[in-house]
Amino acid sequence: MEHFFSLFVRSIFVDNMIFAFFLGMCSFLAVSKNVKTALGLGIAVTFVQFITLPVNYLLQTKVLGPDCLVQGVDLSFLSFILFIAVIAGIVQLVEMVIEKFSPSLYASLGIFLPLIAVNCAIMGGSLFMQQRIEMDPDSTQAISCFGDSIAFALGSGIGWMLAIVCLAAIREKLEYSDVPKPLKGIGITFITVGLMAMAFMCFSGLNL
Amino acid sequence: MAKNNEVIKTPVWLNNPVVVQILGICSALAVTAKLKPAIVMGLSVTIITALSNVVISLLRKTIPNRIRIIVQLVVVAALVTIVSEILKAFAYDVSVQLSVYIGLIITNCILMGRLEAFAMQNTPWASLLDGIGNGLGYAMILIIVAFVRELFGSGALLGFQIIPQSWYVTNGGWYLNNGLMIMPPMALILVGCIIWVHRAKNEELQEK
Repeated sequence: MEHFFSLFVRSIFVDNMIFAFFLGMCSFLAVSKNVKTALGLGIAVTFVQFITLPVNYLLQTKVLGPDCLVQGVDLSFLSFILFIAVIAGIVQLVEMVIEKFSPSLYASLGIFLPLIAVNCAIMGGSLFMQQRIEMDPDSTQAISCFGDSIAFALGSGIGWMLAIVCLAAIREKLEYSDVPKPLKGIGITFITVGLMAMAFMCFSGLNL
Repeated sequence: MAKNNEVIKTPVWLNNPVVVQILGICSALAVTAKLKPAIVMGLSVTIITALSNVVISLLRKTIPNRIRIIVQLVVVAALVTIVSEILKAFAYDVSVQLSVYIGLIITNCILMGRLEAFAMQNTPWASLLDGIGNGLGYAMILIIVAFVRELFGSGALLGFQIIPQSWYVTNGGWYLNNGLMIMPPMALILVGCIIWVHRAKNEELQEK
Protein backbone atom coordinates (compact mmCIF):
# COMPACT_ATOMS: atom_id res chain seq x y z
CA MET A 1 0.00 0.00 0.00
CA GLU A 2 2.78 2.36 0.95
CA HIS A 3 4.54 1.57 -2.30
CA PHE A 4 1.44 2.49 -4.36
CA PHE A 5 1.29 5.81 -2.62
CA SER A 6 4.96 6.68 -2.99
CA LEU A 7 4.95 5.62 -6.65
CA PHE A 8 1.87 7.79 -7.20
CA VAL A 9 3.29 10.90 -5.54
CA ARG A 10 6.68 10.35 -7.12
CA SER A 11 5.24 10.21 -10.62
CA ILE A 12 3.29 13.43 -10.08
CA PHE A 13 6.06 15.58 -8.66
CA VAL A 14 9.50 14.03 -9.04
CA ASP A 15 9.20 12.11 -12.31
CA ASN A 16 6.78 14.61 -13.79
CA MET A 17 6.17 13.73 -17.44
CA ILE A 18 6.64 17.32 -18.62
CA PHE A 19 9.26 18.81 -16.36
CA ALA A 20 11.53 15.82 -15.93
CA PHE A 21 11.12 13.95 -19.22
CA PHE A 22 9.62 16.50 -21.66
CA LEU A 23 6.95 14.07 -22.77
CA GLY A 24 3.83 15.35 -24.49
CA MET A 25 5.33 18.76 -25.17
CA CYS A 26 3.63 19.35 -28.53
CA SER A 27 0.07 19.43 -27.27
CA PHE A 28 1.30 20.87 -23.96
CA LEU A 29 2.54 23.98 -25.76
CA ALA A 30 -0.26 24.21 -28.28
CA VAL A 31 -3.35 23.73 -26.09
CA SER A 32 -2.26 25.73 -23.05
CA LYS A 33 -3.75 29.06 -24.11
CA ASN A 34 -6.67 28.95 -21.67
CA VAL A 35 -7.31 27.03 -18.48
CA LYS A 36 -10.62 25.44 -19.43
CA THR A 37 -9.40 23.72 -22.59
CA ALA A 38 -6.19 22.75 -20.85
CA LEU A 39 -8.12 21.11 -18.05
CA GLY A 40 -10.26 19.21 -20.58
CA LEU A 41 -7.22 17.90 -22.42
CA GLY A 42 -5.54 17.07 -19.12
CA ILE A 43 -8.51 14.96 -18.06
CA ALA A 44 -8.62 13.22 -21.46
CA VAL A 45 -4.90 12.42 -21.28
CA THR A 46 -5.18 11.15 -17.70
CA PHE A 47 -8.09 8.95 -18.70
CA VAL A 48 -6.32 7.50 -21.75
CA GLN A 49 -3.19 6.94 -19.67
CA PHE A 50 -5.23 5.25 -16.94
CA ILE A 51 -6.64 2.72 -19.42
CA THR A 52 -3.73 2.12 -21.78
CA LEU A 53 -0.96 1.72 -19.26
CA PRO A 54 -2.47 -1.21 -17.31
CA VAL A 55 -3.53 -2.84 -20.61
CA ASN A 56 0.00 -2.51 -21.92
CA TYR A 57 1.31 -3.82 -18.59
CA LEU A 58 -0.76 -6.98 -19.02
CA LEU A 59 0.40 -7.28 -22.64
CA GLN A 60 4.02 -6.91 -21.60
CA THR A 61 3.91 -9.40 -18.74
CA LYS A 62 1.50 -11.96 -20.17
CA VAL A 63 2.25 -11.92 -23.90
CA LEU A 64 5.46 -10.16 -24.84
CA GLY A 65 7.91 -10.95 -22.06
CA PRO A 66 10.41 -13.82 -22.25
CA ASP A 67 8.83 -17.30 -22.01
CA CYS A 68 5.28 -15.94 -21.77
CA LEU A 69 3.58 -17.26 -24.87
CA VAL A 70 6.02 -19.90 -26.04
CA GLN A 71 8.87 -21.32 -23.99
CA GLY A 72 12.17 -19.69 -24.95
CA VAL A 73 10.69 -16.96 -27.13
CA ASP A 74 11.11 -13.27 -26.26
CA LEU A 75 8.67 -11.15 -28.23
CA SER A 76 9.48 -7.82 -26.62
CA PHE A 77 10.80 -6.40 -29.90
CA LEU A 78 7.15 -6.28 -30.99
CA SER A 79 6.25 -4.00 -28.10
CA PHE A 80 6.43 -0.71 -30.07
CA ILE A 81 3.85 -1.85 -32.61
CA LEU A 82 1.50 -3.46 -30.09
CA PHE A 83 1.62 -0.57 -27.63
CA ILE A 84 0.87 2.01 -30.29
CA ALA A 85 -2.00 -0.10 -31.64
CA VAL A 86 -3.58 -0.32 -28.17
CA ILE A 87 -3.15 3.43 -27.66
CA ALA A 88 -4.62 4.34 -31.06
CA GLY A 89 -7.62 2.07 -30.43
CA ILE A 90 -8.38 3.50 -27.00
CA VAL A 91 -7.99 7.08 -28.19
CA GLN A 92 -10.54 6.39 -30.90
CA LEU A 93 -12.90 5.13 -28.20
CA VAL A 94 -12.40 8.16 -25.95
CA GLU A 95 -12.96 10.44 -28.92
CA MET A 96 -16.33 8.85 -29.61
CA VAL A 97 -17.34 9.10 -25.93
CA ILE A 98 -16.39 12.80 -25.65
CA GLU A 99 -18.14 13.64 -28.91
CA LYS A 100 -21.31 12.05 -27.57
CA PHE A 101 -21.32 13.52 -24.06
CA SER A 102 -19.58 16.89 -24.39
CA PRO A 103 -19.71 18.33 -27.91
CA SER A 104 -18.35 21.70 -26.71
CA LEU A 105 -15.23 20.12 -25.24
CA TYR A 106 -14.93 18.05 -28.40
CA ALA A 107 -14.99 21.18 -30.54
CA SER A 108 -12.49 23.07 -28.40
CA LEU A 109 -9.99 20.21 -28.29
CA GLY A 110 -10.19 19.95 -32.07
CA ILE A 111 -7.33 18.15 -33.76
CA PHE A 112 -5.56 17.52 -30.45
CA LEU A 113 -7.98 14.84 -29.37
CA PRO A 114 -7.00 12.33 -32.07
CA LEU A 115 -3.43 13.51 -31.55
CA ILE A 116 -3.45 12.09 -28.01
CA ALA A 117 -2.63 8.89 -29.88
CA VAL A 118 0.73 10.39 -30.78
CA ASN A 119 1.12 12.17 -27.44
CA CYS A 120 4.52 11.10 -26.20
CA ALA A 121 3.33 11.12 -22.59
CA ILE A 122 1.09 8.11 -23.29
CA MET A 123 3.61 6.12 -25.30
CA GLY A 124 6.39 7.24 -22.97
CA GLY A 125 4.41 6.03 -19.96
CA SER A 126 4.13 2.57 -21.50
CA LEU A 127 7.82 2.48 -22.41
CA PHE A 128 8.88 3.59 -18.92
CA MET A 129 6.61 0.93 -17.47
CA GLN A 130 8.36 -1.66 -19.67
CA GLN A 131 11.74 -0.50 -18.33
CA ARG A 132 10.64 -0.38 -14.71
CA ILE A 133 9.25 -3.92 -14.65
CA GLU A 134 12.82 -5.17 -14.60
CA MET A 135 13.85 -2.86 -11.77
CA ASP A 136 14.62 -3.98 -8.26
CA PRO A 137 11.17 -4.28 -6.58
CA ASP A 138 12.35 -2.35 -3.51
CA SER A 139 13.03 0.84 -5.43
CA THR A 140 10.27 3.45 -5.36
CA GLN A 141 10.26 3.59 -9.16
CA ALA A 142 9.74 -0.12 -9.70
CA ILE A 143 6.50 -1.40 -11.20
CA SER A 144 6.20 -4.95 -10.02
CA CYS A 145 2.48 -5.70 -10.01
CA PHE A 146 -0.76 -4.71 -11.73
CA GLY A 147 -1.67 -2.25 -8.96
CA ASP A 148 1.67 -0.48 -9.41
CA SER A 149 0.93 0.07 -13.07
CA ILE A 150 -2.42 1.69 -12.17
CA ALA A 151 -0.77 3.95 -9.58
CA PHE A 152 1.89 4.96 -12.08
CA ALA A 153 -0.69 5.61 -14.81
CA LEU A 154 -2.81 7.83 -12.55
CA GLY A 155 0.20 9.66 -11.15
CA SER A 156 1.79 10.42 -14.50
CA GLY A 157 -1.55 11.48 -16.01
CA ILE A 158 -2.33 13.82 -13.11
CA GLY A 159 1.21 15.18 -13.19
CA TRP A 160 0.76 16.04 -16.86
CA MET A 161 -2.61 17.65 -16.16
CA LEU A 162 -1.16 19.69 -13.28
CA ALA A 163 1.60 20.97 -15.54
CA ILE A 164 -0.67 21.98 -18.43
CA VAL A 165 -3.18 23.73 -16.14
CA CYS A 166 -0.41 25.67 -14.39
CA LEU A 167 1.09 26.75 -17.69
CA ALA A 168 -2.32 27.76 -19.07
CA ALA A 169 -2.96 29.93 -16.03
CA ILE A 170 0.41 31.64 -16.43
CA ARG A 171 -0.10 32.17 -20.15
CA GLU A 172 -3.48 33.80 -19.58
CA LYS A 173 -1.69 36.45 -17.49
CA LEU A 174 1.25 36.61 -19.90
CA GLU A 175 -1.08 37.89 -22.62
CA TYR A 176 -1.06 41.32 -20.98
CA SER A 177 2.66 41.63 -20.38
CA ASP A 178 5.11 43.47 -22.54
CA VAL A 179 7.42 40.87 -24.07
CA PRO A 180 10.16 41.59 -26.66
CA LYS A 181 8.67 41.07 -30.10
CA PRO A 182 10.63 38.03 -31.32
CA LEU A 183 9.98 36.26 -28.01
CA LYS A 184 6.21 36.79 -28.13
CA GLY A 185 4.06 33.69 -28.08
CA ILE A 186 6.02 30.50 -28.21
CA GLY A 187 9.45 31.85 -27.28
CA ILE A 188 8.46 33.23 -23.91
CA THR A 189 6.38 30.09 -23.29
CA PHE A 190 9.53 27.97 -23.58
CA ILE A 191 11.36 30.12 -21.10
CA THR A 192 8.37 30.05 -18.73
CA VAL A 193 8.27 26.27 -18.89
CA GLY A 194 12.00 26.22 -18.23
CA LEU A 195 11.52 28.28 -15.08
CA MET A 196 8.61 26.08 -13.98
CA ALA A 197 10.79 23.02 -14.52
CA MET A 198 13.42 24.60 -12.31
CA ALA A 199 10.82 25.08 -9.62
CA PHE A 200 9.77 21.44 -9.94
CA MET A 201 13.38 20.33 -9.58
CA CYS A 202 13.17 21.08 -5.87
CA PHE A 203 10.80 18.11 -5.52
CA SER A 204 13.58 15.78 -6.58
CA GLY A 205 14.96 16.00 -3.06
CA LEU A 206 11.76 14.38 -1.79
CA ASN A 207 12.59 11.14 -0.01
CA LEU A 208 9.79 8.67 -0.65
CA MET B 1 16.07 20.61 -59.71
CA ALA B 2 15.65 24.08 -58.26
CA LYS B 3 12.37 22.97 -56.74
CA ASN B 4 14.01 19.94 -55.14
CA ASN B 5 16.61 22.21 -53.63
CA GLU B 6 13.84 24.27 -52.09
CA VAL B 7 12.20 21.16 -50.66
CA ILE B 8 15.37 20.37 -48.72
CA LYS B 9 16.35 23.92 -47.78
CA THR B 10 13.07 25.38 -46.50
CA PRO B 11 12.64 23.00 -43.55
CA VAL B 12 16.25 23.45 -42.46
CA TRP B 13 15.99 27.18 -41.88
CA LEU B 14 12.84 29.10 -42.83
CA ASN B 15 10.29 26.48 -41.86
CA ASN B 16 12.31 24.55 -39.31
CA PRO B 17 10.20 21.79 -37.73
CA VAL B 18 11.41 22.46 -34.20
CA VAL B 19 11.62 26.23 -33.81
CA VAL B 20 8.93 27.29 -36.29
CA GLN B 21 6.38 24.51 -36.40
CA ILE B 22 7.08 23.50 -32.76
CA LEU B 23 7.01 19.80 -33.57
CA GLY B 24 9.06 17.01 -32.06
CA ILE B 25 10.01 19.03 -29.00
CA CYS B 26 9.94 16.14 -26.53
CA SER B 27 12.94 14.26 -27.81
CA ALA B 28 14.68 17.44 -28.94
CA LEU B 29 14.90 18.52 -25.33
CA ALA B 30 15.49 15.25 -23.59
CA VAL B 31 18.47 13.81 -25.45
CA THR B 32 20.53 16.99 -25.68
CA ALA B 33 22.53 16.86 -22.45
CA LYS B 34 25.41 15.33 -24.43
CA LEU B 35 26.42 15.78 -28.06
CA LYS B 36 26.80 12.13 -29.02
CA PRO B 37 23.24 10.94 -28.27
CA ALA B 38 21.95 14.12 -29.91
CA ILE B 39 23.75 13.29 -33.15
CA VAL B 40 22.59 9.67 -33.10
CA MET B 41 19.03 10.81 -32.40
CA GLY B 42 19.15 13.39 -35.21
CA LEU B 43 20.44 10.79 -37.66
CA SER B 44 17.85 8.18 -36.62
CA VAL B 45 15.01 10.66 -37.00
CA THR B 46 16.31 11.78 -40.41
CA ILE B 47 16.51 8.19 -41.66
CA ILE B 48 13.11 7.24 -40.28
CA THR B 49 11.40 10.38 -41.59
CA ALA B 50 12.87 9.89 -45.05
CA LEU B 51 12.02 6.17 -45.27
CA SER B 52 8.52 6.45 -43.82
CA ASN B 53 7.81 9.37 -46.16
CA VAL B 54 8.80 7.17 -49.12
CA VAL B 55 6.74 4.18 -47.95
CA ILE B 56 3.61 6.24 -47.29
CA SER B 57 4.05 8.13 -50.54
CA LEU B 58 4.20 4.83 -52.44
CA LEU B 59 1.07 3.62 -50.66
CA ARG B 60 -0.76 6.95 -50.78
CA LYS B 61 -3.24 5.93 -53.47
CA THR B 62 -4.16 2.62 -51.82
CA ILE B 63 -4.63 3.72 -48.19
CA PRO B 64 -8.32 4.25 -47.34
CA ASN B 65 -8.72 7.71 -45.87
CA ARG B 66 -10.43 6.60 -42.67
CA ILE B 67 -7.68 4.32 -41.41
CA ARG B 68 -4.70 6.29 -42.64
CA ILE B 69 -3.49 7.25 -39.14
CA ILE B 70 -3.27 3.60 -38.10
CA VAL B 71 -1.47 2.67 -41.32
CA GLN B 72 0.99 5.51 -40.82
CA LEU B 73 1.60 4.53 -37.21
CA VAL B 74 2.26 0.91 -38.14
CA VAL B 75 4.73 1.86 -40.89
CA VAL B 76 6.56 4.21 -38.52
CA ALA B 77 6.52 1.71 -35.65
CA ALA B 78 8.02 -0.97 -37.89
CA LEU B 79 10.82 1.34 -39.04
CA VAL B 80 11.53 2.50 -35.48
CA THR B 81 11.72 -1.12 -34.31
CA ILE B 82 14.32 -1.84 -37.00
CA VAL B 83 16.40 1.24 -36.10
CA SER B 84 16.19 0.45 -32.39
CA GLU B 85 17.36 -3.14 -32.93
CA ILE B 86 20.24 -1.91 -35.13
CA LEU B 87 21.29 0.58 -32.45
CA LYS B 88 21.15 -2.11 -29.78
CA ALA B 89 23.38 -4.32 -31.91
CA PHE B 90 26.00 -1.79 -33.06
CA ALA B 91 25.90 1.12 -30.59
CA TYR B 92 24.69 -0.36 -27.34
CA ASP B 93 25.94 2.39 -25.01
CA VAL B 94 24.18 5.11 -27.02
CA SER B 95 20.96 3.12 -27.12
CA VAL B 96 21.10 2.83 -23.31
CA GLN B 97 21.58 6.59 -23.03
CA LEU B 98 18.66 7.29 -25.35
CA SER B 99 16.51 4.78 -23.39
CA VAL B 100 12.82 5.27 -24.13
CA TYR B 101 13.37 8.23 -26.45
CA ILE B 102 14.28 6.00 -29.37
CA GLY B 103 10.89 4.27 -29.05
CA LEU B 104 9.29 7.66 -28.76
CA ILE B 105 10.33 8.51 -32.32
CA ILE B 106 7.06 6.75 -33.18
CA THR B 107 5.13 9.51 -31.51
CA ASN B 108 7.41 12.26 -32.79
CA CYS B 109 5.06 14.83 -34.28
CA ILE B 110 7.50 15.66 -37.08
CA LEU B 111 6.96 12.22 -38.57
CA MET B 112 3.19 12.27 -38.45
CA GLY B 113 3.13 15.89 -39.54
CA ARG B 114 5.25 15.24 -42.63
CA LEU B 115 3.33 12.09 -43.52
CA GLU B 116 0.00 13.89 -43.30
CA ALA B 117 1.08 17.17 -44.87
CA PHE B 118 3.52 16.05 -47.54
CA ALA B 119 3.84 12.34 -48.27
CA MET B 120 0.09 11.81 -48.72
CA GLN B 121 0.09 14.23 -51.70
CA ASN B 122 3.51 13.95 -53.27
CA THR B 123 5.68 11.56 -55.28
CA PRO B 124 8.16 9.26 -53.51
CA TRP B 125 11.24 11.21 -54.68
CA ALA B 126 9.95 14.57 -53.44
CA SER B 127 8.84 12.91 -50.20
CA LEU B 128 12.31 11.45 -49.68
CA LEU B 129 13.87 14.90 -50.03
CA ASP B 130 11.25 16.44 -47.77
CA GLY B 131 11.93 13.79 -45.13
CA ILE B 132 15.67 14.37 -45.30
CA GLY B 133 15.21 18.14 -45.12
CA ASN B 134 12.96 17.99 -42.07
CA GLY B 135 15.19 15.44 -40.38
CA LEU B 136 18.20 17.69 -40.93
CA GLY B 137 16.33 20.71 -39.62
CA TYR B 138 15.53 18.74 -36.48
CA ALA B 139 19.08 17.41 -36.17
CA MET B 140 20.51 20.91 -36.52
CA ILE B 141 18.59 22.25 -33.53
CA LEU B 142 19.48 19.17 -31.48
CA ILE B 143 23.15 19.61 -32.26
CA ILE B 144 23.15 23.34 -31.41
CA VAL B 145 21.45 22.74 -28.07
CA ALA B 146 23.62 19.74 -27.23
CA PHE B 147 26.78 21.63 -28.20
CA VAL B 148 26.03 24.45 -25.77
CA ARG B 149 24.86 22.13 -23.00
CA GLU B 150 27.80 19.75 -23.17
CA LEU B 151 30.41 22.50 -23.59
CA PHE B 152 29.24 24.56 -20.63
CA GLY B 153 27.75 21.73 -18.60
CA SER B 154 30.68 19.33 -18.60
CA GLY B 155 33.42 21.24 -20.39
CA ALA B 156 33.67 18.58 -23.06
CA LEU B 157 32.50 17.85 -26.60
CA LEU B 158 31.67 14.30 -27.72
CA GLY B 159 33.31 13.17 -24.48
CA PHE B 160 36.66 14.87 -25.12
CA GLN B 161 37.69 17.47 -22.56
CA ILE B 162 37.78 20.89 -24.28
CA ILE B 163 38.28 23.16 -21.30
CA PRO B 164 41.79 22.52 -19.91
CA GLN B 165 41.87 20.68 -16.59
CA SER B 166 44.18 23.32 -15.11
CA TRP B 167 41.45 25.97 -15.40
CA TYR B 168 39.22 24.24 -12.90
CA VAL B 169 38.89 25.49 -9.35
CA THR B 170 39.73 22.03 -8.02
CA ASN B 171 43.12 22.30 -9.76
CA GLY B 172 43.78 25.83 -8.55
CA GLY B 173 42.15 27.60 -11.54
CA TRP B 174 39.12 29.87 -11.78
CA TYR B 175 36.62 27.86 -13.83
CA LEU B 176 33.57 25.82 -12.78
CA ASN B 177 31.18 23.80 -14.91
CA ASN B 178 27.66 25.18 -15.00
CA GLY B 179 25.76 22.28 -13.45
CA LEU B 180 22.42 23.78 -14.42
CA MET B 181 23.24 23.20 -18.10
CA ILE B 182 22.87 19.43 -17.80
CA MET B 183 19.59 19.77 -15.90
CA PRO B 184 16.35 19.54 -17.91
CA PRO B 185 15.17 23.18 -17.47
CA MET B 186 18.14 24.60 -19.35
CA ALA B 187 17.16 22.73 -22.53
CA LEU B 188 13.83 24.55 -22.56
CA ILE B 189 15.41 27.93 -21.96
CA LEU B 190 18.02 27.33 -24.68
CA VAL B 191 15.36 26.40 -27.23
CA GLY B 192 13.51 29.56 -26.16
CA CYS B 193 16.64 31.57 -26.90
CA ILE B 194 17.11 29.88 -30.29
CA ILE B 195 13.53 30.82 -31.14
CA TRP B 196 14.29 34.36 -30.05
CA VAL B 197 17.30 34.65 -32.36
CA HIS B 198 15.52 32.90 -35.21
CA ARG B 199 12.48 35.16 -35.04
CA ALA B 200 14.57 38.29 -34.66
CA LYS B 201 16.17 37.34 -37.99
CA ASN B 202 12.90 36.35 -39.70
CA GLU B 203 10.50 39.09 -38.77
CA GLU B 204 7.55 37.62 -40.69
CA LEU B 205 7.47 34.76 -38.16
CA GLN B 206 6.89 36.99 -35.14
CA GLU B 207 3.56 36.61 -33.40
CA LYS B 208 1.27 39.59 -32.96
